[in-house]
Amino acid sequence: MNHLPLIIKREYLAKVKNKSFILMTFLSPLILVGLLSLVAYLTSVNNEKVRTIAVLDEAGFLNEALVSTDQMIYENLTDISLEEAKKLSNENNSYGLLHVPNLAIDEVSSQIKFYSKESPSLTLISNLESKIEKRLGELKLKKLGVDLSKIKAAKTYVDINQEDYQGVKTSKTGSFLKLIFGGAAGYLLFMFIIIYGNLIMRSVIEEKTSRIIEVIISSVKPMQLMLGKIFGTSLAGITQFAIWIVLIGVLSVVSSYIFGVDISATPQQELMSGAVADVNTNAELQAIISEFHSLPLLNLVVAFILFFAGGYLLYSSLYAAIGAAVDNETDTQQFLMPIVMLLVVGFYVGFFTSLEDPHGTISKVFSYIPFTSPIVMLIRIPFGVPIWEQALSFAILIFTFVITVWIAAKIYRVGILMYGKKPSYKELIKWLKY
Amino acid sequence: MSTLLEATNISKNFGEFKALSDVSIQVPKHSIFGLLGPNGAGKTTLIRIINQIIMPDVGHVILDGEPLKPEHVQYIGYLPEERGLYKSMKVGEQALYLAQLKGLSYRQAKQRLNHWFEKFEISHWWDKKIEELSKGMAQKIQFIVTVLHQPKLLIFDEPFSGFDPINANLIKDEILQLRDEGATVIFSTHRMESVEELCDHIALIHQSKKILDGNLIDIKRKHKTNTFEVGLSSSNLSDLEKQISARFDISPADFRSLEDDLKLKINLKASETPNDLLTFLNANAYINHFVEVIPNANDIFIQTVKNNSL
Repeated sequence: MNHLPLIIKREYLAKVKNKSFILMTFLSPLILVGLLSLVAYLTSVNNEKVRTIAVLDEAGFLNEALVSTDQMIYENLTDISLEEAKKLSNENNSYGLLHVPNLAIDEVSSQIKFYSKESPSLTLISNLESKIEKRLGELKLKKLGVDLSKIKAAKTYVDINQEDYQGVKTSKTGSFLKLIFGGAAGYLLFMFIIIYGNLIMRSVIEEKTSRIIEVIISSVKPMQLMLGKIFGTSLAGITQFAIWIVLIGVLSVVSSYIFGVDISATPQQELMSGAVADVNTNAELQAIISEFHSLPLLNLVVAFILFFAGGYLLYSSLYAAIGAAVDNETDTQQFLMPIVMLLVVGFYVGFFTSLEDPHGTISKVFSYIPFTSPIVMLIRIPFGVPIWEQALSFAILIFTFVITVWIAAKIYRVGILMYGKKPSYKELIKWLKY
Repeated sequence: MSTLLEATNISKNFGEFKALSDVSIQVPKHSIFGLLGPNGAGKTTLIRIINQIIMPDVGHVILDGEPLKPEHVQYIGYLPEERGLYKSMKVGEQALYLAQLKGLSYRQAKQRLNHWFEKFEISHWWDKKIEELSKGMAQKIQFIVTVLHQPKLLIFDEPFSGFDPINANLIKDEILQLRDEGATVIFSTHRMESVEELCDHIALIHQSKKILDGNLIDIKRKHKTNTFEVGLSSSNLSDLEKQISARFDISPADFRSLEDDLKLKINLKASETPNDLLTFLNANAYINHFVEVIPNANDIFIQTVKNNSL
């Protein structure tokens, strides 16, 4: 008799109706969005603070180069000495004092100083630098008798299109994008396995400690029960993930509407955009879009589903076997260690080798080892992995999955009826022969 | 009487450990079959094999004329010694789930559950969680779940443990009624008084081997030693004792009586009948107590185990 749907339904409902599960489902996005909003809000408050910068421009170069904005007021000081200016700006609580000495235009560039009470922010200085650089450059060109309008007209942006001999396009931005895609996919699998693998393990232990297990397996085969547990818990996991994504989306919109802050405008991103500020942002955006289109999207989606499912099932059968082998959660540590290690190794190897060389020997080898392959492959695939390599890796994964389920089912079958002493690895091997 | 369950030459090892060696039992239809034995004898292993929870290394089991197969689980109801239910699941949902696993439809299960819940007057428990019930209450639920699918074969492992005397009696009556309605019961226990009360047949397992089996009355008949317990009064008790001991094999006996009697156990030779004894006693003393010593299940159990441990 096939009771699998019945078991899946029970496992799913048991998880979904669980109070702490419900609490986690709704509280986690709330906390996450709340924290991000807080950070974004504080950052924006920080940015909204009006700063006054005193400017002592003895040479008169800067002129209109420094234009006051809502957040930045440039106060031009004239006809006072540097010492007086320092004292004055300190008394006025200015953020700092920018001093341009009275020197010839060729010598002044290395003599400009910024005085402040505290060390100034990085973005402020680089902002000032780029403004002054631009202004001085223009002045120098003018001095050389060059027509600025002609220079502007002649300005050209070059974007070298990279392509390998097989015709696979690459670029720096693209690599970054791929790493984000692959890393996110790998990380998602990593987290999913750890969270829901544990949930499966705990529900097996629960059946053992509540002693209902013997009643259940007098009606269904242990294999069916194990698979039912794995599928039921996975469905609960997918439900939770889906709710998280929707809730995080909705809450982000709501919070940005209420607090008027953009969550994506976190400090890190400001830094990043600051780093690529010299590049034309429009061109950058277009590059990202075109890179996105050049990603092997279909392959990515199919491979994500297959490797995600394969990797998750492989690990969850191990979690189920561990749950069956022990009596309580404290005993699981020694068996969980190797599993978590494998996952961590998979993730780090995948991420860092892809950063360096996504097709190097190490990442290739690890994308065939079944316990690391799902994560490593997911990270590598955006960089373009030949289909036959993916197929081979997947075949190895499925083959190992079948063997692992067989072993796990054996341990499960014996373990669920064993109480008392925590078994050793040696005993687990002996169980396989029962 | 035909046989419902026949297990033949069952052996099972766990690694080096012999759990069962060459055990065969026949359980007649509509009987209550007592599976007895000290702790660790292999009773639970045999029960698990019948439930197809584990497979025997050697031997086979036939249920109602057919070799045991997975579909048979719906004909068997099993109440394990280690019992339990999902703690955080509601009573009704849980009972429905377990009943459906045994092959009942949702509607059937619901209907029968209502009947049982009314019978035991526990309908108001339906929406309670198991963790809110006492141990005895949970056991009642478990009993209902075990018998709900009206199995041909019921297997109870220590069914009375955890019940107070009133509820134990209730369950005992239910078991007898189920037998009368046509079910066959295998019943594993250490409690010998319940064996006397319930069992028609017994099998005694000790150190993985079956050392005794058969109809309980036949077994008792086989184990009686032609011994009689007598209470006698006479003007001279010590003379009387000498007289009897010269003629019969005697030993002191202990039973309650109103008189300050000479209490003796008298063991007759195979050639002698109780009538010979009575004739002799009648001539010499006033008889106020005369009864044949019939070994109880407990004595047979202890004696057989002892004999086989040597």
